Amino acid sequence: MTAQASHHSEECIDAEVVIVGGGLVGATLAGVLASSGIETVLIDREDPDAVLQAAFDGRASAIAAGSRHMLEAIGLWPEAAAAAQPILDIRVTDGRVGRGPSALSLHYDHREVGEPLGHIVANQEMRKAQHRFLPTLDRLLHLAPMTVDRVIRRPGGVEARLGDGRRVRARLCCACDGRGSRLRQDAGIRTTQWTYPQAGVVATLEHEKPHRGVAYEHFLPSGPFAMLPMVDEPPGTHRSSIVWTERRDLAQKAVKLSDRAFGQEVLRRFGTSLGDVRPVGPRFTYPLSGLHAERYIDRRLALVGDAAHGIHPIAGQGLNLGFRDVAALAECIVDARRLGQDIGTKDVLVRYQRWRRPDNLMLVAATDSLNRLFSNNFGPLRVARDLGLGAVNQIGPLKRLFMRHAMGTVGDLPRLIEGRPL
Amino acid sequence: MTETRAARPVTVDPREIGKFARMAERWWDPEGEMKPLHALNPVRVAYLRDRIAAHFGHAADSGNLSPLEGVSILDAGCGGGLLAEPLARLGARVTGIDAASETIKAAKAHAERQGLEIDYRRTTAEELADSGARFDAVLAMEIVEHVAELDSFLCACGDMVRPGGVCVVATLNRTMKSLLMAKIGAEYVLGWLPPGTHDWRKFVRPSEAAAALRPAGLRVREVKGVAFDPLRGDWHLSGDTDVNYMLLAEKP
Repeated sequence: MTAQASHHSEECIDAEVVIVGGGLVGATLAGVLASSGIETVLIDREDPDAVLQAAFDGRASAIAAGSRHMLEAIGLWPEAAAAAQPILDIRVTDGRVGRGPSALSLHYDHREVGEPLGHIVANQEMRKAQHRFLPTLDRLLHLAPMTVDRVIRRPGGVEARLGDGRRVRARLCCACDGRGSRLRQDAGIRTTQWTYPQAGVVATLEHEKPHRGVAYEHFLPSGPFAMLPMVDEPPGTHRSSIVWTERRDLAQKAVKLSDRAFGQEVLRRFGTSLGDVRPVGPRFTYPLSGLHAERYIDRRLALVGDAAHGIHPIAGQGLNLGFRDVAALAECIVDARRLGQDIGTKDVLVRYQRWRRPDNLMLVAATDSLNRLFSNNFGPLRVARDLGLGAVNQIGPLKRLFMRHAMGTVGDLPRLIEGRPL
Repeated sequence: MTETRAARPVTVDPREIGKFARMAERWWDPEGEMKPLHALNPVRVAYLRDRIAAHFGHAADSGNLSPLEGVSILDAGCGGGLLAEPLARLGARVTGIDAASETIKAAKAHAERQGLEIDYRRTTAEELADSGARFDAVLAMEIVEHVAELDSFLCACGDMVRPGGVCVVATLNRTMKSLLMAKIGAEYVLGWLPPGTHDWRKFVRPSEAAAALRPAGLRVREVKGVAFDPLRGDWHLSGDTDVNYMLLAEKP
């Protein structure tokens, strides 16, 4: 069972948990478990060297305060902190293309809750931080690049057959293999899926004036337009990441526009408060769709992150929900392990599912209705939205509750999300 | 898995193994016949982990997943291994004994599938004590109320505790409350246990357990009650020792 012994075994590697999928969620789960003393094998398709050397690819994620607490608790955050822009203020407004944002707006200031509301980190920087952090964990065996031929799940344990012929034996398999999760399909777990008539346009902008840590969420008839502050890189420049939801055909056109024309389209939607803007790095578009698994568990299998749920990016919560799954599952595993239990048994998995599925289902539904509420141009609804946002702004306790929701610090929280040790 | 198995000499009929594996599944089904023991397991494993680790000066903080590393433990009356396996995962070197050879075979089959090394033997406490075996900790958990000769059994358990070691006895007290709750309540009203599981007259008062351990040189350090919380549906440590209790004794 020791890491040392298993590292030298060519044929069969023994561990407690085997994680399939080395993305942001899978790698974080591996980091949390291994730093808690659980023998963990992480199987990742991608080559870590390629990740470390990759150029900036234009995508960024919002790391909610609760997620950051977990990354701090395991010691990963210092690796990412230099690349993380704190969000000091969020301004939510309603508007129409070609006009400025409505006067009535919702304004979240971090001084009301005492810590940054979250951080924006380029995905590439987060991946690099993970790849610097993971090798420091002696309970972790990180196999990358490596493929999995199949995973055999028996009542007594799981066995993963690797692409190089080796086998990994463990008590539990965690599927962090994303939306199209093969492990989920193999387990016969059905999903509810739906699509939105919009697509997301993602790009990074350089702008004239500093953002001062302000994130903007501007609700347009075609969907939300978010401007998320990033660290000044290179120094002296000012950058923000945009997530712009748009009708699919228009989104396809937008990513192909010249830099100048793209900047003009952004200004028409966002206004000129940050001065002139121009895109840097590649632009992406992807269809927006939602997915929720009918169950998160099967024999010796737990679905984590996108393998279990995919939500509308309207609230910037997709990755944070995945991180909450990580914190909850790790807590279930470590609590069981401290009592000497077999960590892959049904009662451990049922606890995880009962904890996370209702919570995720609520956010899936909430972001879906948020999108429906805001993605239209129906007059009375627009007025009501403005009044609603304005009203929330006037009611301190309600607003602080909304802020804490966005920060991921309300609900039945895993210890790590609260900033406590596991 | 196949390679490691082939390396060992085959002494049992594979059909037998299958039979005992099925029997082990009955022991290990948390919703099955042994449900009450499964429910009791978290509180008693946590108690044993904390007390034994503290006694031997091991860190029992939350960061240590092997707080019983290197401690030799005898589980007398181990059954299917419900206690032996968690203790082995926490780092202990566990020996499990049971008088029924079928039970021992079932326990072995289960531990092997779990990749755990536990020394299971079909023997009695008295026989093992006579052979000179000694342990850092000897456990008699939910067993003394079933043995024929309490004094002889507990004295043998006490003899097997190495000087400086501990013995833990968990059982049911013989009080009016335990007659109502553990016997009539659990067996007839709640249906947690098959009627006839327990003979109330064989329940053991803490003073009787202490007296039986004294000739072996053990002194009682603590008696803790174990109570069921019907709202939360779980067991916890309590000051009330009238029904279930755990007794910790040390050998100087």
